[in-house]
Amino acid sequence: MKPSRSNSWSDPDRRLELALRAAASVSGCVVLLIVLFVLWQALPALRDIGLPRFVADADWRPTSDTQPQFGMLPMLAGSGLVTLGAVLLATPLAVFSAVLVEFYVPRSVAWLLRRLLELLNGVPSVVFGFWGLVVVVPLINAWQPPGQSLLAGVLVLSLMLIPTIALSAAVALRDDAGDLARSAAALGLDRGAVVWSLAVPRASRGIGGGVLLGAARAVGETMAVVIVCGNIVQVPASLFDPVRTITANIAMEMSYATAGHRSVLFATGLLLILVTGFLVAASRLLSRRGARA
Amino acid sequence: MSTQPRSATLDRLTAMAGWLAAAAIVAAFGWLVFDIVRHGASEVSWTFLTAEPADAGRAGGIGTVLVSTLLILGVCLAIAVPLGLGTAVWLSEFARPCSWRVTAIRWSLDLLASVPSIVFGLFGMVVFCQMLRLGFSIAAGGLTLGCMILPLVVQTTYAGLQSVPNELRAGAAALAISRASTLRHLLLPAALHGVVVGVMLGLGRAAAETAALIFTSGYVTRMPESLLDSGRTASVHIYDLAMNVPRGEARAYATAAVLLLTLLLINVAATVLADRWLQRQTARSFR
Repeated sequence: MKPSRSNSWSDPDRRLELALRAAASVSGCVVLLIVLFVLWQALPALRDIGLPRFVADADWRPTSDTQPQFGMLPMLAGSGLVTLGAVLLATPLAVFSAVLVEFYVPRSVAWLLRRLLELLNGVPSVVFGFWGLVVVVPLINAWQPPGQSLLAGVLVLSLMLIPTIALSAAVALRDDAGDLARSAAALGLDRGAVVWSLAVPRASRGIGGGVLLGAARAVGETMAVVIVCGNIVQVPASLFDPVRTITANIAMEMSYATAGHRSVLFATGLLLILVTGFLVAASRLLSRRGARA
Repeated sequence: MSTQPRSATLDRLTAMAGWLAAAAIVAAFGWLVFDIVRHGASEVSWTFLTAEPADAGRAGGIGTVLVSTLLILGVCLAIAVPLGLGTAVWLSEFARPCSWRVTAIRWSLDLLASVPSIVFGLFGMVVFCQMLRLGFSIAAGGLTLGCMILPLVVQTTYAGLQSVPNELRAGAAALAISRASTLRHLLLPAALHGVVVGVMLGLGRAAAETAALIFTSGYVTRMPESLLDSGRTASVHIYDLAMNVPRGEARAYATAAVLLLTLLLINVAATVLADRWLQRQTARSFR
């Protein structure tokens, strides 16, 4: 259904096509612009300070006049640990509930659970963070002070990831393994065996894609972690220590950052884009090949 | 496969783990909603919804905050809907599928959807606030959010257009109806549900956003006089009360209750619409 190329410029269809193509091109360029502008702002830091110092510097003292230090290790550890913990906690819960939704409950209950997961997905991250601050943090504080900690971040963030992972897993179980599982059930094979030796292995790529998508969301999450994690710049020694993530660091310091400090924060923003972009691209490739197999 | 008794146990264990996981998720979600609504609802009143915040938000209401929120959402939709609609129509109706341009645009939209919201904030700050000289403003915040929800609007509108049966296009072409009129009188009306659902989901996503706004639309609580004034949204208000205002919790609860219930309502409405639309389509295809 392509418009004929011989049409003149005055043809309204041709003009419409051009206008729409322009809109599509603009939409396609937004992500490129984001990368370019963030890179542009990060260049001074990458050039003058250099990547090695981000991990080699012992401290994070970006505003010091005499000897500024740009050691990002505590923030890298914070983001990495919060993400890892949240994914490890959310994945089993999400996969088991997806198995329940696809194979164990009547359609009405499955419908209800799926809708609930979608609603959970729509809860603002600042509300998750606030709930974490007034409910989860005091509970942890009563057990192991101070409460605002890596653990609080992991708990709140895992709740936020569950819908992403569970909905992807449910789609993968239905699309990649639904027919086979039904045939197997018709042959009288036991449901538990069908789930674990047939459905889950066949859907594993799609489930893996969902987990990567969840990880991308966790790395980029800002509001919930900035509110519940305590934001102290340190490599945590235990689950109960406060941590600061890369995203929280940007949110907390950008408002007063100038010159070199500001550029460093943009460089960490660039790192966030690269990591989430890589995770999402990997997720797409993984799920797509799974669907084709 | 294994012998019958072991399998039956496996089946029962799987069911049990599934129910436990689902129960844990439902309980946590219920806890969150119940806690926010129980503490927040008692504070919410007509005065709270209309008055200006006072004493850094500890007293007064959220009237001006709601006005700023609506203005930012308006700017956001004004940029995202036309651009997203145009992109989706081009991808679905005009472009050759699998051409390099289509592949590039699809991948770039996928990647755009993955950009963390705080990075959208950095981008908006540089481009809209500084280069376009909009400053900390409702316009800059709205434009930033518009970029953020663009992939969502494209995706749902595209799905809506794809679900329109091809007979409609073939029929229109056979009658020599121009592509512009086919689009306006046949395809867009038939795909309207997809557009509406996309706009509602985008609206919900934008209203939930905080991180992209703290460096673009700012924190000001006064009544905005133009789109170039700074204004805080409800979600930024919650963040500020929770983080920077000692004893700000009561009003943060109330604002969170208003925001949460509004968003749940929007999302339920979008879901119901999408479901009814899907049903109508299956009914049509089986007729």
